[in-house]
Amino acid sequence: MSTVTHPQAPLSEATRHEHGLAQGAPSLSTFLSTYVFSKDHKVIGLQFLFSTLVWFLIGGLLALAVRWQVAWPWSDVPVLGKLFAQQGGQMAPEFYTMLFTMHASVMIFLVIIPILSGAFGNFLIPLMIGADDMAFPTLNMLGYWFMWPAFIFFGASFFVEGGAAAGGWTSYPPLSTSTVSAPGSGMGQTLWLLGLTMVGVSSMLGSVNYMTTIILMRAPGMTMFRLPMTIWGMFITAILQAFALPVLTAAGFMQLADRMVGTGFFSPEGNVINNAMSGAGGGQPLLWQHLFWFYSHPAVYIMILPAMGMVSDIMTTFARKPLFGYRPMVYSIAGIAGLGFIVWGHHMFISGMNPALGITFMVATMMIALPSAVKTFNWLGTVWGGRIHYTTAMLFALSFVSMFIIGGLSGIFMAATPVDIFIHDTYFIVAHFHYVLFAGTAMGVFAGIYYWFPKMFGRMMNEFWGKIHFFLTFIFLNGTFFTMHILGAVGFPRRLADAYHYETFHHLQPLNAFMTWCAIGMVATQIIFAINFFWSMFRGPVAGRNPWNSNTLEWIAPSPPGHGNFDFQPVVHRGPYEYSVPGCETDHLMQTDPPNAAEVAATAAAHA
Amino acid sequence: MDKENGVGSSVGGGNGPGDSLPVGRRLAGMAWSLLFLLVPILGVATFVIAPFYDHWLPKDVSVHGRAIDGLFMFILVLTGVVFVATEVLLFWFMWKYDAAASSKPAKYIHGSHTLEVVWTIIPAATMLFLAIYQMNTWADVKMRRPRMAPSAEVVARQFEWRIRYPGRDDTLGTADDLFVVNDLHVPIDEDFLVQLKSMDVLHSFFLPNLRIKQDAVPGMKQPVWFKATEAGTYDIVCAEVCGWGHYKMKGRVTVESRADFERWLERVEAEQEATQRGPEDAPNLAAD
Repeated sequence: MSTVTHPQAPLSEATRHEHGLAQGAPSLSTFLSTYVFSKDHKVIGLQFLFSTLVWFLIGGLLALAVRWQVAWPWSDVPVLGKLFAQQGGQMAPEFYTMLFTMHASVMIFLVIIPILSGAFGNFLIPLMIGADDMAFPTLNMLGYWFMWPAFIFFGASFFVEGGAAAGGWTSYPPLSTSTVSAPGSGMGQTLWLLGLTMVGVSSMLGSVNYMTTIILMRAPGMTMFRLPMTIWGMFITAILQAFALPVLTAAGFMQLADRMVGTGFFSPEGNVINNAMSGAGGGQPLLWQHLFWFYSHPAVYIMILPAMGMVSDIMTTFARKPLFGYRPMVYSIAGIAGLGFIVWGHHMFISGMNPALGITFMVATMMIALPSAVKTFNWLGTVWGGRIHYTTAMLFALSFVSMFIIGGLSGIFMAATPVDIFIHDTYFIVAHFHYVLFAGTAMGVFAGIYYWFPKMFGRMMNEFWGKIHFFLTFIFLNGTFFTMHILGAVGFPRRLADAYHYETFHHLQPLNAFMTWCAIGMVATQIIFAINFFWSMFRGPVAGRNPWNSNTLEWIAPSPPGHGNFDFQPVVHRGPYEYSVPGCETDHLMQTDPPNAAEVAATAAAHA
Repeated sequence: MDKENGVGSSVGGGNGPGDSLPVGRRLAGMAWSLLFLLVPILGVATFVIAPFYDHWLPKDVSVHGRAIDGLFMFILVLTGVVFVATEVLLFWFMWKYDAAASSKPAKYIHGSHTLEVVWTIIPAATMLFLAIYQMNTWADVKMRRPRMAPSAEVVARQFEWRIRYPGRDDTLGTADDLFVVNDLHVPIDEDFLVQLKSMDVLHSFFLPNLRIKQDAVPGMKQPVWFKATEAGTYDIVCAEVCGWGHYKMKGRVTVESRADFERWLERVEAEQEATQRGPEDAPNLAAD
């Protein structure tokens, strides 16, 4: 290590003891308590990471099946074809509706939300604030284990009669409340709702824990405005979850009651579905949409804010430069979160909601573009004048910015209510949210994995194959998703098993075939990532404590950190982004490095 | 560690003590920057080329559609400018500030208050302008309902559009109502007011060529109006997932002259008379 030595406090006996835990005599109970029912936030984080990566693969394969049907409707499906022996190898339309429903549900509830909050949140929060663990380790462990009922409910729903839920991930009633409305709206839908509730419980446990930990357990000297952006992202996300989730959970139970007890929250009087009376009546289908989006719009930010934070930290490290506009970055995250609660109606412009109310939501939605713009400009400002090192993590982080620009700008089309009339529920919106969630969040997650892998496993990932992985993913994702804007401009509707029998859309098949080939390439590329990941876990070059010469606290801990994290008590002297301070010996000053004269002079000059 | 990963360095830059600038790493930096430059180039190219292959907004045959398309193009140009500007800046910064490109240290700067104010106020003003600018179009399409009795009622159902015309007395819900399925006819250059309902689940009444989309919600009546400007037959698509047959919930809308429209209504009436004995048997599909 070329880094400066730290003023190390002697290890406490308890910490030493805990560090020896993994090397202790192996017995079943220590194995279980260390790797399975562990209360160590890092183990829990990695459990979340592995589980969500498995579901990421499943969600990706579901997406490929969706793409197959969109590109070549009613043609024999490779591999899956054996499932459809009765139909001669073709996919049934009800199977298609199930595919897109479950693709979205798996990706949102079992991948993006738990990988950001669960995996990275758990792993990083105590390390980056200088705590030895979460405030409530047992609650933390429960948070992970509450995901398992969700995994089982979602997984099992594919095998029940009628298949998994098929009402779209938004689960709009009456399609979702009436058990006779579609093949997937029987047991599959019930399991979907139960799974969703479990994900909610897990998120809630995490959220309470994160807020408490960040507020109460910061290391000495770690003021709120010395927190790295990752922690700010996680903190605001936890607040969002705490306030929005109860609404979804309540709405989920109302829908369950409609289905199983015979209440009528969401079904209107005298509704006849499939020649059968549905439910007690007296309810309002739009009520669900309001409740659902009251959670699910903030959830969109739950799915991006932590990634924004991670990307900010990664970009400063590899640009060797302080973050441009730290406070505006924090305020804009808070602004996004605040405004995020009053824009849910923009999902409902054409739902039958009062059009005057639509105008209110439109104005609020236009305003939420502001903090996003501020963040983008500050990222550009961070890259400007830096000394950029093109590591894999940096490339993924830069692509996050590049792609988030597209996803952010395409949102303006939908926010404009008159334009939304035409592009609502077309591939334009599909393009938009895939740019935010895949090209944005997933690229941010890849950046995070390449960046923190050495801290997680003590070894480096292979940079050469990492860059191949980045290059191919970047090309294929744009091939898949950018063209969706064009489909959307034609009005090509989403969720149709076959749209080519419409005169308006019949010429769009070749473009869709191109997109499907790109999607296949994109999923295939992830094999490179998987091999690199597992190979590096065991064979990668051993990483020191601080392989990237970064500033934040996790890099003073051993790689990987033992139970209890730090081998001395970190004391924080400065913010997380003091790179390239003029006159200092190294180009980075860790948060724990003692203050030095050159730095004092430089900060004084910078603020003069 | 410095040599191993090449990240970070002693002050004054350099890529290791005494190293000259490594050519290979500079070329790699250039290549990555150019990859990011492809984003605005191919992005703009896609939008420029697509219309030539008819991959663009379908032909607009309505009065209010012009305003919607105009707004779409306006936002496209506006966002296009911002897109190109920011992506090219990103490319340029990547190209220029590559650590392998120079030995200058990174700028030690924490932000700029002036810049923050500038790039908050300019987008805010733009977005506010956009918000106000579009309100009139929205009001035309969804709020300023023409003062007239409904020209037809459309009842969505898994998986068809049941259409009811008021018949000779111009009143819906009476014995002389005319019923057709999936076949909407509208007179050209006249306001046409649809009363949209659903019998079972959510559907969405999507007329791409008329720039109309409105969800049909069971238990609610939605007014939908438009004025078609060009004769022809166009698609009706269901745009809200409504079950396994969602994809085939297809209807047609025929825009025709007043005379042709009347003739068609008479033909429907004659067919209905021939197949039904007595008005009492008329199926009361969706009583108000």
